[in-house]
Amino acid sequence: MLNRKKKIIVIGGGLAGLALAMKFCERNGEVTVVSYQSLKRSHSVCAQGGINAAIDAKNEGDTPEKHFYDTIKGGDFLAHQPLVRDMCYQAPAIIHLMDRMGVAFNRTGEGHLDFRRFGGTLYNRTAFAGATTGQQLVYALDEQVRRHVHDGSAKTLEWHEYLGAVLDSEGICRGAVIHDLRTDEIYTLKADAVVLATGGPGQVYARSTNSVVNTGAAATTAYLQGAKYANGEFIQIHPTAIPGQDKLRLMSESARGEGGRIWVPRKASDQRDPKKIPENERYYFLEEKYPLFKNLVPRDVASREIYDIVYNKNLGVSGDPMVYLDLTHKSREFLDNRLGGIMDTYTKFTGVDPRESPMKIFPAVHYSMGGLWTDYGPDSDGLIDHGSPRNQMTSITGLFAAGEADYQYHGANRLGANSLLSCIYTGLMMARGIMNYTDSLEKSVDDIPSTVFDDTQSHWKNKFDEIKKMNGSENPHKLHHELGDIMLANVLIVRDNKSLEKAFHEIHDIETRFKDVKCLDTQDWANPSPSFINQLYCMIHLSKIITKGALMRDEFRGSHYKPDFDLNQPKDFDPHEYIDYLEQKQYGEVNLERFPAGHLDYMKRFEANNEKWLKTTVAQYKNNQPEITYEDVNTSLVTPRPRKYD
Amino acid sequence: MIDKTTMTEKNITLKIKRQDRPASSAYWQTFEVPHKPFANIISCLMEIQKSPTTEIGETVSPVTWDSNCLEEVCGSCTMLINGKVRQACTALVDNLTSPITLEPMSKFPVVRDLQVDRERMFKNLKKVKAWIDIDGSHDIGEGPIMQDQDRAKRYVMSECMTCGCCLEACPQFTMDNSFLGASTFNQVRLFNLHPTGEMKKEDRLNAVMGEGGITDCGNAQVCVEVCPKNIPLTESIADISRQTTWQAIKNLFIK
Repeated sequence: MLNRKKKIIVIGGGLAGLALAMKFCERNGEVTVVSYQSLKRSHSVCAQGGINAAIDAKNEGDTPEKHFYDTIKGGDFLAHQPLVRDMCYQAPAIIHLMDRMGVAFNRTGEGHLDFRRFGGTLYNRTAFAGATTGQQLVYALDEQVRRHVHDGSAKTLEWHEYLGAVLDSEGICRGAVIHDLRTDEIYTLKADAVVLATGGPGQVYARSTNSVVNTGAAATTAYLQGAKYANGEFIQIHPTAIPGQDKLRLMSESARGEGGRIWVPRKASDQRDPKKIPENERYYFLEEKYPLFKNLVPRDVASREIYDIVYNKNLGVSGDPMVYLDLTHKSREFLDNRLGGIMDTYTKFTGVDPRESPMKIFPAVHYSMGGLWTDYGPDSDGLIDHGSPRNQMTSITGLFAAGEADYQYHGANRLGANSLLSCIYTGLMMARGIMNYTDSLEKSVDDIPSTVFDDTQSHWKNKFDEIKKMNGSENPHKLHHELGDIMLANVLIVRDNKSLEKAFHEIHDIETRFKDVKCLDTQDWANPSPSFINQLYCMIHLSKIITKGALMRDEFRGSHYKPDFDLNQPKDFDPHEYIDYLEQKQYGEVNLERFPAGHLDYMKRFEANNEKWLKTTVAQYKNNQPEITYEDVNTSLVTPRPRKYD
Repeated sequence: MIDKTTMTEKNITLKIKRQDRPASSAYWQTFEVPHKPFANIISCLMEIQKSPTTEIGETVSPVTWDSNCLEEVCGSCTMLINGKVRQACTALVDNLTSPITLEPMSKFPVVRDLQVDRERMFKNLKKVKAWIDIDGSHDIGEGPIMQDQDRAKRYVMSECMTCGCCLEACPQFTMDNSFLGASTFNQVRLFNLHPTGEMKKEDRLNAVMGEGGITDCGNAQVCVEVCPKNIPLTESIADISRQTTWQAIKNLFIK
């Protein structure tokens, strides 16, 4: 046992990192939060629509168990079930906690929390603060962490970058390599554990709904140091974003949750003002095809349908790759109160007021379901043992991951308003396990020879010296954009093996050209160039993980759509038939008469496909390439079955 | 909307005030970047990164700036654009007169080029204890019941991104004084309005009563004009003024 306070380093000042920092301080630990920028500016502020919890405020019969089922089904059964179940059971307490911290959640007439609908569920389950829920949640946690800084238990290192983990001779993480982005100093920090709460990798696609800092570099560095990276190919494409030069700005799912309708003119290239197009000449394609979930089908489904309308049916607005998202039937007052933030965003960036005219939107890269492989400790009730040191630990002992940087909560497709939940949940949940992990160690960080730290420091110093000497002909920012173009063209909504193979070769060309990069700036003060080159190196490796995972996974699951491997679910199929079929099989005889024509064949195809592909993809860094293997998924609570939303 | 027929190869001219280090002197450089539809200042700066050559053909180190979310919720990319303080992400070039000048904010120390150090704003949040003193993050049930109108009032105030526009515009706020400024007073009001936050109201009010506090406000009212989030900053200042007056009287009698 240590006779000093336990100390951890948290990399990242978003929801996951801040939640953990707060909890760890409360447990009498010491935390250093390392952030690329000032704490209030993390990417979590971009989350708009809300956060899910089955509080059943509208007396619809919602329960955490239903939240669990919707999440698992939304993720096409690829998530480990005990974890997701535990998260959904913790969700109501998390919302109440955030409310106690002063988050300005919208309220009902009686002054309780108000809830709205989101995709992939039929319940009003989403608590929200206007349309800037992420920003409001970050601020609340940031305020609590600032309070701990004020009280002396937390420390922040803003404008500092994480470069890598310090690993001892046994491969245990004993600290972090930190780069001061202003003084350019590179040094190590000792800690009992290091946590990567570093967000997602949208910048691999160059243009996405993600923020500038979301390069995925920290997680990729862990992979390059030997950590497993899981389910990389599962990239969420958000159906509704505003196209832009520098960024594709998110138009929240809450726009549809509050009644927004997606449509295109029935006549291709109809040039009329959308408001002059009569109702019967509008094609509300989601509502027609999915009468049950309508505009609130999960994101993977909506993005595929928009893609189909625009590229296969050529029905995009004015022939462009865009569809209408229409809220003009709602009153100005209603929109300002419930969606004000995103109404303003659309107006500011397009010059068009969405309260007056339908918005023009298109899908954009938004979220990574995959991330660093992390562990968990189940308990006997099908939930999680919150004291288990295994919780959220990567395959490198002592190195943990949380939030979008890990892979465990969203399977093959995330439901809207579940990301804020998984971030705060992981941050809060893992604190006790890390405390216990520290106690379980035979040797503490204090007993590790200083040479371990010195050697790691000089390794990174040399690496950055080498980067600064790079004087080739390639501009790193141009190369980044080209990498993004390859990914956008080949590893997006619709995937096929020929394009994926081509992409993999093209990434190799980028990797070769990377050696000829020029470091544009060699100053030793506030110089972002060497850092960016290092991040670009990481993005190249991460793009290989994503592309190879996609290439090898020959199936259609969630966000990973390969039409060549579509099992072609019969239109009149009912998922309960599959449960009947499995039961009958278990009792030894399948009644062939019972199922409509073609259904049994489909179910056999489905079963065989799950046998082969209902697995976690695991990438490990071998010989400069991702080596892909597969691991079983914990499906101990609900039987995986075909998804259906109509 | 931008007419597609006008999407010619015309260039955008940017005059950028640069500074290598906090202590070194500033200098100007001019860049030209190709015009693209819906271009904003950020996409222009990204173009300069891809081809860091000035108008006179000199290859230089790329301009540095702060930015993150690019949709005006993080507050990071605040700078002076044609002399006006605002976020660079929402500054669409088609709405700006050319040549476009970019300068760092003048009320905060320059780090490099368009980057400034706004640490003072975050320190002020600590000074006024801009947080709710919860008992702990364990599950102790629901938060306080609140009228939605009160919530809506707080929500507008809580959208403050600590961007610093209000302080840049404020004649009272200078680099060598300790004036807390509109954003900080707004935070005091935000937390004093919360049923739990109200319990620590006095601490916050006392923190804005000394030097650099609320009485130093010169009532220029420009803060509210430049706030990108339309926060009613002058209302917040007036309200905190009232609250501190009562607090001062109370302090007299208690002491």
